[in-house]
Parts: sequence; C-alpha cells; structure tokens
Amino acid sequence: MRRTAAIVVALAVLAAMAALGAVSSSAAPGKAHATTLTVWVGWSARELSEFKKVTAEYDAKSPNVSVKVVGGINDDKIIAALRSGNAPDVVSSFTSSNVGIYCSSGGWIDLAPYLKKDGISTSIFPAATMYYTQFKGTRCALPLLADVYGFYYNKALFKKAGLTAPPKTFAELTAYAKKLTIRKGDGSLDVVGFDPVFGFYQNGIGGYQPLVGAKYFDPSGKSAISRDPGWKTLLNWQRGLIDYYGYDKLVKWQTGAGDEFSASHAFERGKLAMMMDGEWRVAFLAAEHPELKYGTAPMPVGLRSQYGSGYINGTIIGIPKAGKNRDEAWKLVKYLTTSNHALASFSNGIRNVPSTVSSTKSKELKPDANFATFGKLFVNPKSSTIPITAIGADHLQTFQDFIAKWQAGKVKDLQGGLVEVDKQIDAKLKQAGGGGNSVP
Amino acid sequence: MSSLPVTGAGPAAVPAVDRRRARRRAGWRRRLTVLAFLSPWLAGFAIFFGYPLVMTTYLSFFHYDLLNPPRWVGLANYRYLFGQDAQIWPAVENTLVFIAMSVPLQVLFAFGIAVLITRAKAGVGVFRTVFYLPALVPPVAATLGFVYLLNPATGPVNTILGWLGIEGPLWFNDPSWSKPSLVMLGLWGIGNTMIIFLAAVLDVPRHLYESAELDGAGGWRRLRYVTLPTISPVLLFAVVLGVIQGLQYFTQAFVAANVAAGQASQGGAVSTLELGYPEGSTLFYPVLLYYHGFRFFNMGYASAMAVLLLVVAFAATSLIIRGSRRRVHYGTTR
Repeated sequence: MRRTAAIVVALAVLAAMAALGAVSSSAAPGKAHATTLTVWVGWSARELSEFKKVTAEYDAKSPNVSVKVVGGINDDKIIAALRSGNAPDVVSSFTSSNVGIYCSSGGWIDLAPYLKKDGISTSIFPAATMYYTQFKGTRCALPLLADVYGFYYNKALFKKAGLTAPPKTFAELTAYAKKLTIRKGDGSLDVVGFDPVFGFYQNGIGGYQPLVGAKYFDPSGKSAISRDPGWKTLLNWQRGLIDYYGYDKLVKWQTGAGDEFSASHAFERGKLAMMMDGEWRVAFLAAEHPELKYGTAPMPVGLRSQYGSGYINGTIIGIPKAGKNRDEAWKLVKYLTTSNHALASFSNGIRNVPSTVSSTKSKELKPDANFATFGKLFVNPKSSTIPITAIGADHLQTFQDFIAKWQAGKVKDLQGGLVEVDKQIDAKLKQAGGGGNSVP
Repeated sequence: MSSLPVTGAGPAAVPAVDRRRARRRAGWRRRLTVLAFLSPWLAGFAIFFGYPLVMTTYLSFFHYDLLNPPRWVGLANYRYLFGQDAQIWPAVENTLVFIAMSVPLQVLFAFGIAVLITRAKAGVGVFRTVFYLPALVPPVAATLGFVYLLNPATGPVNTILGWLGIEGPLWFNDPSWSKPSLVMLGLWGIGNTMIIFLAAVLDVPRHLYESAELDGAGGWRRLRYVTLPTISPVLLFAVVLGVIQGLQYFTQAFVAANVAAGQASQGGAVSTLELGYPEGSTLFYPVLLYYHGFRFFNMGYASAMAVLLLVVAFAATSLIIRGSRRRVHYGTTR
C-alpha cells in the first residue's frame, strides 16, 4: 500500500514537471509565461524583415506576448491549414478576392464583435478597403496596407520628346506613346511609349475599370460587361494603340523587357517610357535605380470625370477559427491595422499605402512626392476595387481570356464577344450557387 | 472410424467429408497467406487510389469550396460540364491535338534513337547516357530551360537563327507555336521510352535476322518484318503510356504558360493572365481542372472533370488495346 502511494506520488511529480516543461517551452525566451502568437504573412525577403520590425515593436511593448512571424505564405497553405485545424493565431493574404471563401466558411472569424467591443468604427478605413475585407456582411478581415495603381513616366524621355506634363486622357496617352516610341532599323521596338497589352507587368483589366467608370455586374448580380459602354471605350482605345505597334512586335519586345521584380524591369532601364503600376515601384526604383528621373500621376482616363481615381487592392489580415489565442490575436491585429505609428512605419519600410484615412496623413510618413500621389488616389471616392463573388476572381479571368483574343486581333465582333463573356460569367455564378456583388 | 456417428451415409462418406473440410481449411489458409503477402499493396491501393477515387466520384455530385461543408447538387456539375462550360471544349481540343502531335513523334523518336544506338560501332554507353540524361532533369527545371532557350527576344535559338537570316518564331508566346514548343520539350526528355525500346530491340532474337538475311531481306524489310513485330508489345505499351500521360499533361504546360507570359499576378491579388497563355493555346484539360479545384475553389466541379478524365483514359486505353490485337504479337517467336 505504501509502495503504491509512493508510485502515485512519483507519477504526479513527474506529470507536474512535464507540464511545467511544456509551459516553459512554449513561452518566449526572456518572457516568463508569455503566449507565443504565430503570424503568417505573404511577404518575403526585404519586405518580410520590414514587417518583422513592426511586430518586434509590438513584442517589446507586450510583456505577455511573443510574436513569431512566418513569411512566404500563400493561399494554398492558408486553406490547407484551415482545413486541418492546425492554423496560426493570425493570418494574412495578398489575395483579397478570396475573402468570400474565408468569411462565408467561417474559416476566418467575424471581427465585428471585436470592433464593436473596442469602439472602432469602420469609417476609419476607406470604402474600397472595407469592401474587400468582408463578404455578404461578414467582416472577417481588415486591411493591412493597401496597393493603389497609378501612372509612372520617365522625365528624361519626356524632356527628349518635348513633353512637359503627364497625359490625362486615353487620347493624350496614345499621342504621347507614339511620340515616345523608338523603333530599331529593322522596325522592331526599342523603346515603347506605353504598352497597353493586358497581361504585361501590372496591366490587368482590374486596374483600368475605375478609369472608365465601368461596372462588372448590374444590381441584380448579372454580368453587365456587354451593357456598359465603358468597357467598349477601353477595349477600342487599347486595340488602336496595339495596332500602332503591331501585336507581334509588341509581344516580341515584351519577351525581352526584363523581369518585373528585378532591376532589369523595362521602365527602370528606360525602355518603357510610361506605365501603370502599383505604389510599391517607388521603393523598387529607390533601391534599384536611384538615378532614374521619373514622375507619378493618376492614370489617364477614358471618362474625364474619373480622373484622379485608381484601382485599390491590398493585403487582408484576420484570425483563423482554429487559432488558439483569439483575444491576444485580436490585440495584435488591432495594432497592425489601426495604429497610425505601426501603419506609417511599415509603409515607410515597404512603401505600400497606409490603410486608414488618418495614417495616410501621419507625420511619421517619410515625405516623397512620387509616393504621395498614391495616398491621394487611395482616398479618392471614385477609386474602386474588383467585386467579390462566389467564384473568386473567375469572372475576371473569363473576361481576361476574351481580351487575350481581342488584343491579338482574333475577335471581329466586340459586342458579340462581350455578350458571350456575360453568358459565361452568369453560368459560372449559377453553377457556384451565387450572384455577383456590386462594388460600392 | 467405427466410433464416428453413422447418419445414413455409407462408411466411405465420412472420410470424404473430413477431406473436404481439410481442403477447405487449406484453401482458406492459402487465401489468407496470399492476402497477407498482398496486404502492403492492397493497403496502398485502397488508401492512395481506392479512397481518392471514391471520394472524387462522391464529391462530383456536390458543390464544394474546400472549406464549407459539401452541398448536394445532384448532376448539376455534369450538366455544366457537358452543356455550359465554354472552356471545356477548347481544353479538350488542345489536349487531343497535343496527344496527336506528341505521341507518334515521341514513339518514332525514341524508337529511332534506340535503333541507331544498337547500330553504333563504338561509344554505345556514351550515346545511351547522353540520350537518357534529359529524362533525369526535373520537369519544371527543363521547362524553365526551354523557355529561356526559346525566348524570342533574348534566347540563343532565335539569336542563332537571326545570324542565318531567319526570323525565329515567338515560340511559347505564339499560339501557333506553343504546342510544338512543348512537343519539342517532350522529345528532348524521351530517355525513359528510349531505354525501354533499346532493351526491346536488343532482345530481338539474332536468328530471326539471320533467317531474314538468308531470305534476301534488306535493312528496311528486316526492320518491318522482324524488329517491329517482335517489339510490338513494347510499341503498344509506349503508345498507351503516351496517351495517358498526354491526358494528364500539366506541369510543363502550366510552368511554360506562366513563365513565358512574364508574370503571374496583379498586386498578388488578381491574375492578369488568360488561362493557357498564349490565347488559351496551352489550356489543357488538367490545367483547367487545377484552376477550378485550387484557384476558383470549385472542387466539386473539378471532381466531375476528374471523373470524366478517368472514364476517357480508360476508354482510350481499352480502344487502343482492342484495336491493336491483330497487330501485336506476344512471344510466339521464342
């Protein structure tokens, strides 16, 4: 009996020691009993280290929390983690068009109760960012910096061509592009004024939508591409400029234009005079070609009243349902997405646009005239994003597939082709059991 | 014997019953032994083939976005597949055209190299290694290499063609040339098939060639009437394998399209590429299936596509084997 009692006591002591060991192993070094919060982000390399600087500040201020950042995460990994139930405490994604699946599935928890509890009004975020962080009323994400698309132009090439100010309309853009284009002796392209091919660098259909004020869906959720004259304005302008270059010549030039995210980028080397790109190019240019004289402006438009607007997208951040430390995770998410200091510091590091209205005016932001353009585009009420639908970005892909043939000169009947695009998108939405949401 | 109860049967029936029981017991033991030996394969088959197959078929009747619970939709995925999906038939056409181009060329090329190697007087080992080596290169690396070599503006192939006064095509960037470029990539990595053909050609009995020579058969007739009939089972194997691999063609097409197009996303959020760049010419059936399953979160529909792919692969294999019965000779010459 005495022996049995001794064994029981010994086992109890061993169990207690093991439990203590487990607790101390999960605690951060230097922080007794701290909770470790794991954060998954898509950034890598230089941008990841900038994000780690921001979380390190939070870490230093929070005695009970230690933040562990994992970079290079994509949506495949996020979905696998959500399915397995082995998810991090905080997760972020570059693919805001997937917010529909994260919110509707409950994979990312609804943040509305937390916002309400802490008295945070969603009006601190611009409307477009509020749109791509919810799905059908469930706000399961918040914006963590934003991407805004604007116009870049090479000042040296402008001067050489006798141009002084950036173009404001599609017609002016075409005229400028022709002036700035330089051909080689054999007729091939050496310097391209403006490359309007969709699929080249950041030239995507989404980026042009605000410039013509076009709609993807009607109020009933049906695809409205063939019924909105804005799309035809855009596509006819685009074909006109492509025909000037010759499609094959432009494609051949593109294959030697240089990698988009390297110092060989055509704009950075002076081989592309004007382009549409995101605000992050400012940081790339500063790091890779500080000698380049360039300017930024709103993109030229097809509808004059839209000048000053741009396409907005950005990183979304949320809390997975399977995360273990929801309250601590929320405090970190709140800090990252609403603190002017955190947003301004991170924005200075990777030169993305801070994602609250007040942080765009933060005195901590490093002044840069080229970057400031994007802050203005971000808060412009006509700036917009793509619709979140039950089929993710498949509606955009369907449109892009048609445009690929259009821009190559393979489509004779534009209106007929767009009607077919509408039919395909409607069929896809029906198949997926949902309808399109109109963008606010 | 006499102690056994007699129930109306003759005295000889009792040992017969015992023998039958013993035989049955032995039969069961034998079956269990066979099953025990087969169990590793059976377990693997059930887990890695049986279960996925059953689940794929099951999910093809649901709408399933990978996170929400599957929702029953009956035959809706199949109705959409056969009646409404405008991308299906271009994808099927691309896949069939690619198979029609690549399978005959790959069989011919692999067989040709194997025959040439058997005729080499010296350096057989070196040639065999040189032709086999590309098969060891991972498909993604090989594709990246080909996209670089065939880059219209900066690639060495077009540069050399330019020196000869020929303007090279746009290769992976031209819808007319993208499939031939992928076929070339496939031919370059034909090593596995070539080695099988080489073994088969070396296995053709010498006396058959000697008899044919005595009958006055030249090189072509020896090839036509001795080599080809003898290795016909291997030819059939290569064709069946080529067709099945063609139906499942994914990695090279996916990588080539994305790399040749230059970039893959807009702000990490929105694809700016059409599927199957350029102009849908490399949108093969498995590529479309992948997009539906893992990019558009339409796993139920992707499952329906997978079921159709399985049925087509099975039907194609059956047809080829059935159609080749009179042309394939199995071991009658040994």
